[in-house]
Amino acid sequence: MSSPKSAYSIPTKKGKLDTHIFVVWVDNESGVLARVVGLFSGRGYNIESLAVAEVDATKNISRITIVTTGTPQVIDQIKLQLKKLVPVHKVADFKREDKNVIFKEMALLKIVAQKKKIDKCLKECKKFNPVILDKTNKSVVIQITALRREIDKMSRKLKPYGLTSTSRTGAIAMTRGAQTFK
Amino acid sequence: MSKLYTGAEIVFKCLEDQEVEYIFGYPGGAVLPIYDELKNHSSIKHILVRHEQGAGHAAEGYARSSGKPGVVLVTSGPGATNVVTALTDAYMDSIPLVCISGQVPTHLIGTDAFQECDTTGITRPCTKHNWLVKDIKELPKVMHEAFKVATTGRPGPVLIDIPKDIQFAKTNYTKFKKEKKLNGKIHNKFSEDEINQLIDLILKAKKPVVYTGGGVINSGPQASETLKEFVRLIGFPITSTLQGLGAFPGDDNQFIGMLGMHGTYEANNAMHDCDLLINIGARFDDRITGKIDEFSPKSKKVHIDIDPSSINKIIKVDLAIVGDVNEVIKSAIKKIDKKQNGLKDSNKQRISKWWEQIQKWRTKDSLGFINSDKEIKPQHAVKRLYELTKNQDTFITTEVGQHQMWAAQHYKFNKPNRWMTSGGLGTMGYGLPAAVGVQIAHPDKLVIDIAGEASVLMTIQEMSTAVQYNLPIKIFILNNQYMGMVRQWQELLHEKNYSESYSEALPDFVKLAEAYGCKGIKADNPDELDDKIKEMIDYKGPVIFDCHVDPNENCFPMIPSGKPHNQMILGPSDKEENKITGKGKSLV
Repeated sequence: MSSPKSAYSIPTKKGKLDTHIFVVWVDNESGVLARVVGLFSGRGYNIESLAVAEVDATKNISRITIVTTGTPQVIDQIKLQLKKLVPVHKVADFKREDKNVIFKEMALLKIVAQKKKIDKCLKECKKFNPVILDKTNKSVVIQITALRREIDKMSRKLKPYGLTSTSRTGAIAMTRGAQTFK
Repeated sequence: MSKLYTGAEIVFKCLEDQEVEYIFGYPGGAVLPIYDELKNHSSIKHILVRHEQGAGHAAEGYARSSGKPGVVLVTSGPGATNVVTALTDAYMDSIPLVCISGQVPTHLIGTDAFQECDTTGITRPCTKHNWLVKDIKELPKVMHEAFKVATTGRPGPVLIDIPKDIQFAKTNYTKFKKEKKLNGKIHNKFSEDEINQLIDLILKAKKPVVYTGGGVINSGPQASETLKEFVRLIGFPITSTLQGLGAFPGDDNQFIGMLGMHGTYEANNAMHDCDLLINIGARFDDRITGKIDEFSPKSKKVHIDIDPSSINKIIKVDLAIVGDVNEVIKSAIKKIDKKQNGLKDSNKQRISKWWEQIQKWRTKDSLGFINSDKEIKPQHAVKRLYELTKNQDTFITTEVGQHQMWAAQHYKFNKPNRWMTSGGLGTMGYGLPAAVGVQIAHPDKLVIDIAGEASVLMTIQEMSTAVQYNLPIKIFILNNQYMGMVRQWQELLHEKNYSESYSEALPDFVKLAEAYGCKGIKADNPDELDDKIKEMIDYKGPVIFDCHVDPNENCFPMIPSGKPHNQMILGPSDKEENKITGKGKSLV
């Protein structure tokens, strides 16, 4: 950088970035998603993926799962800032490497090809619990559930076999074992 | 069946139950039902401003000087957008505001109706929380929740958007019972162990410093008393941020002045060299820390704050105590009293060398300036203003810029809630409307806005409000014809390229005062300054004081860009250390 002139604060070195998954329990009211997402964009945090749906209709609770990257300090801030939002009840934060947590994403894959190629595709998908949702002579729609990297890999792999369209969700997460996050 | 009330009536019922005395506002189409209801509620007085931004800042001034939440009432669309600056200002400085805005009727929302805007969308990032009331049954709950959110934990602004049809709709209202113990999102669960750790650090420190901020003021006047007791007990030097001034007496010997960008030499050097830093209710703002990597490198750091997200946000600390400032220091004092007899003496001994060092720094007299008998020096003007008003309980507001820093440096505050300035957002035009709000809260006290001529023109229309309500506010303008702080930065950091910082045309402030129906006074000679200040103070009504000062004066000391605390530029009276020219140039 050339002479910073009237720059008062000069950015310091960035630390190592970690990927974290935040699970946020919120009141399901209008604007709540905008508050959460606005917090991320307003403070310059990253969103890699986002999944949100109501999980408790009687208590009106939605569960938002956000995958984000940041330095440990930023991850800490995200958690504390989320907790300050009025409609937020609790916030859980997991490292992606955490073995005690299950992460899953779902993808719908449309393959337009001859039967032979379609069969090959299905074989490739086998370990990701493929479900055939629609089938015609020339096409198939397959649902798979897997990790983000795995779906990325599958997408690349299936391209030559006639994969024409991919639709995927953000990651959702749940802890293993009997205990739940309080 | 119980009686049904309209939405507008419920708004006032809630305000009455919250013991609101004043609302600052401006009417318009979408709030007319609420304005219609105003006449039926004599305990609530409406202050008609001239611009919604003024309403917001006036409410801020009211809130900061009284400790009660400020209430603002504006219409939809432009009414709401005009108040955004004030809401953001209140958010940055943690001031409790409740803003009620009108909205187009629910069936028109989203149709680009006349004076429609997405108020809750626009204000979402500048409020603690906001609500769009779409169901009349929600209104009473939302109103009370709004006051709770605004005033508890770290205070801040909230907004309630009420569509016009909801103001007409009817529902029943049950009287509100104030909860004795407010919970929700406040954090006051610090542990005994944390207090013990704090005391251990205090007992070990050889070069300690206490650094306090606006959190002490927000914790209530009792917190300032507790702070005084605490600091006298441990005998440590204490410095304060801009927002924290007044929490500890400014003329006390233990007070080493404000810290940060324009803080004193002794305060900043103490911050840099200390071995224990106790942050009480401040947030390590970038104007305070300077270069983060070299911020107070040798110290153990303690942070006491009610907002958990303030902790470790900028500076990693060794001990964090999340809680209300008053509660935390009270329990620390209790612990000390119980355990440590004679702590005061042992502490004094241990840190006596440190005090000697601080005295050495003090001899630099970093706030010094070369006075003149031909021109009024702005620092001299503030000093004289202080000397001539210190015998009475005076409330000071400011705009933003050089004058604000000179006021912070040279006006000594001895009590909390006497100093209202826009620190976080740095809003030019804050001081005049804030003075209106302060005078409303304290009708018999002297209220002075120390202003710059550029800032004050941004909200000058509120003089009309002051005249309407007979508010004897004094607008003390340090007129240097420049946006002084911009000019200073251009001089020091942009090769004296004074790009657009000079106001080629300015109004005659004396005539302007007369046009508004108040008194105008002009001074441009140091000899007449005292008499004219006295004339201003004695006048029973609003005054605009046009004080012509040296246009080339700079605000020193100053930490230049990207520098740590111990590399300050001192003023011209300290030529040796003056790093503006020659070799020093490469520093900035």
